[in-house]
Amino acid sequence: MSSSQTLTSRLKGRSELGVALLLGVAGVLVLVDALALVTPYSQSDPVGPKTLPYIVAGLLFVCAIMLAVNVLRGGQGEAEGGEDVDLSHPADWKTVLPLVGAFVANILLIDWAGWVISGTVLFWGSAWALGSRHYARDGIIAVLLSVLTFYGFYLGLGIPLPAGLLEGIL
Amino acid sequence: MDVFSSLMDGFATALTPMNFLYAVIGVLLGTAVGVLPGLGPAMTVALLLPVTYVLEPTSAFIMFAGIYYGGMYGGSTTSILLNTPGESSSVVTAIEGNKMAKAGRAAQALATAAIGSFVAGTIGTALLAVCAPIVVEFAVSLGAPSYFAIMVLALLAVTAVLGSSRLRGFASLGLGLAIGLIGMDSVTGQRRLTFGQPLLADGLDIVVVAVAIFAVGEALWVAAHLRRNPLQIIPVGRPWMGKEDWKRSWKPWLRGTAYGFPFGALPAGGAEIPTFLSYVTEKRLSKHPEEFGKGAIEGVAGPEAANNAAAAGTMTPLLALGLPTNATAAVMLAAFASYGIQPGPLLFANEGPLVWALIASLFIGNFLLLVINLPLAPMWAKILQLPRPYLYAGILFFATLGAYSVNLQVFDLVLLLALGALGFMMRRFGLPVLPLILGVILGPRIEGQLRRTLQLSAGDPAGLFGEPIAIGVYVIIAIILIWPLLFKLWRRNRPATSLPSPNATRGSEPTDVARGSVSHGSHRADGNSDGDG
Repeated sequence: MSSSQTLTSRLKGRSELGVALLLGVAGVLVLVDALALVTPYSQSDPVGPKTLPYIVAGLLFVCAIMLAVNVLRGGQGEAEGGEDVDLSHPADWKTVLPLVGAFVANILLIDWAGWVISGTVLFWGSAWALGSRHYARDGIIAVLLSVLTFYGFYLGLGIPLPAGLLEGIL
Repeated sequence: MDVFSSLMDGFATALTPMNFLYAVIGVLLGTAVGVLPGLGPAMTVALLLPVTYVLEPTSAFIMFAGIYYGGMYGGSTTSILLNTPGESSSVVTAIEGNKMAKAGRAAQALATAAIGSFVAGTIGTALLAVCAPIVVEFAVSLGAPSYFAIMVLALLAVTAVLGSSRLRGFASLGLGLAIGLIGMDSVTGQRRLTFGQPLLADGLDIVVVAVAIFAVGEALWVAAHLRRNPLQIIPVGRPWMGKEDWKRSWKPWLRGTAYGFPFGALPAGGAEIPTFLSYVTEKRLSKHPEEFGKGAIEGVAGPEAANNAAAAGTMTPLLALGLPTNATAAVMLAAFASYGIQPGPLLFANEGPLVWALIASLFIGNFLLLVINLPLAPMWAKILQLPRPYLYAGILFFATLGAYSVNLQVFDLVLLLALGALGFMMRRFGLPVLPLILGVILGPRIEGQLRRTLQLSAGDPAGLFGEPIAIGVYVIIAIILIWPLLFKLWRRNRPATSLPSPNATRGSEPTDVARGSVSHGSHRADGNSDGDG
């Protein structure tokens, strides 16, 4: 048990360097983008569009370096707890990846198949990914939610969600 | 017009049948999301921002205010019945509240939390009604230099004071400010950080950012660590209190209110510090100190009152200065912006009826929470048993819907997923979410004030210090920034007294302190700032 714990904690320590890397990359993006901006000399805007990006890039660089140093010296971010969060087991990618899959399916389907179909896929797929195995009940809830929100948004808010394949039926 | 007559007009507006209905909806919805894990008032208001297209502003804000207060209230129910507080402000309530519930006194714990919330919320709202106009009177004399300084203070204070690691707070702030930069520069019209993508030219919609970070990030994070064995929920009947409970509760309520409101109203506000202070005070003053740790009613009454008074306090800087100090207020600021309303000193002059109706609705919401929720407590406890797959699938479903309905663009859903992944990463590595949201919302405003300031001084940086208030605020900022250094020096001189205090930053490693390194910011707080104390 203890050996696996040290292994995971060591891995965790290393993976947090990815956060520092992300901050650094974000800093580079902000800096490069700011360098490309043109500052027209103007009495009415002495600050110009570059100042804040420079400050932000600087902040990101400083944080990236300090975080890297902090992590290498053994510092660790405290993972967020919560009512439904059990931090005693490692991240469960078998739940997260199908969940992301359902989300991506919705992105791909929404304009072509319409919200009613893509929303159903999203809810049903998410519930399945999260461990629900009441296939029929999940399906009924998913369809009901999608249809109700479609009409709710159309009639109540005046927002036409895409009807897609079901155009003419809905 | 004096405060009282304005407020009466506000009541007249807020009590029209439609607005009253929105108050009821807001309060019920707010309590539900407060009770439910994974959802909070900030996320709910963000998800509901699309309704601002059809609702008139008054009704929308009455509903949002109900959600805000209801969320505070619902959070206490969860922490008493489950002992796993969802929000940091109910951590302290869980300490004694859950012990009371386990000892069969759940009804009394819920009752003192509910009535205490009502008392504190009502006093807090009254203070808001009195204080906000005074702050406004003072604020109208402020120019751009002072606003710039105050906004910087709010950003830095929220980042540096709250949360357990200042370094990670600043990292989060940096990311938020970078996201806020995306889009067209308001003065020169140049596109920043759009990478040639025309859909980014208008900047990221705050609904997309808020929903992604709060809802999608949370759903993904919980999915990765979903509790396999369901938590034990303590069954509860209708809340009630005996004579002895009343006697022991009323003073903590008032003291908690006295702690909560000022902290909520400060730019660095937050409800964590006052709830903790209230707990410590009650423990010291109690005639039954031996009960603390075993379920003392004072330990629920005081912190809960502090929590709700802080919620009312938060409305003061939001309405009077346009300055949000917590996540819900930040999203409400975005809602004001989508109506083209600018909160701040001019709000009371330009939108008087709206503001006073909003304040009146806070009184009404408080009252509704008491009369609706005392009898409904058993029902809220049942909501906690909602199957988790449905809860989190529902969160993703409505998050998608809310983000998509803003522009009807698939591109927003791609952003939603990308920023949701960012939210996941932040939760995984302990980056606080609030600095990011405030950075996105306040960043562009701060830049605007900075440019205005230097425009007035014709480019002379001395213009930043052109107003006495601005100078005073910079002094406070300096104190906040060097505080951990001072604290460390003080600790080194008196190493024996190691009082664990909330949010105090200490060296991340024992060796760190021994070596006397002063690399400030690279600290994480000790576990007992948000453990079971």
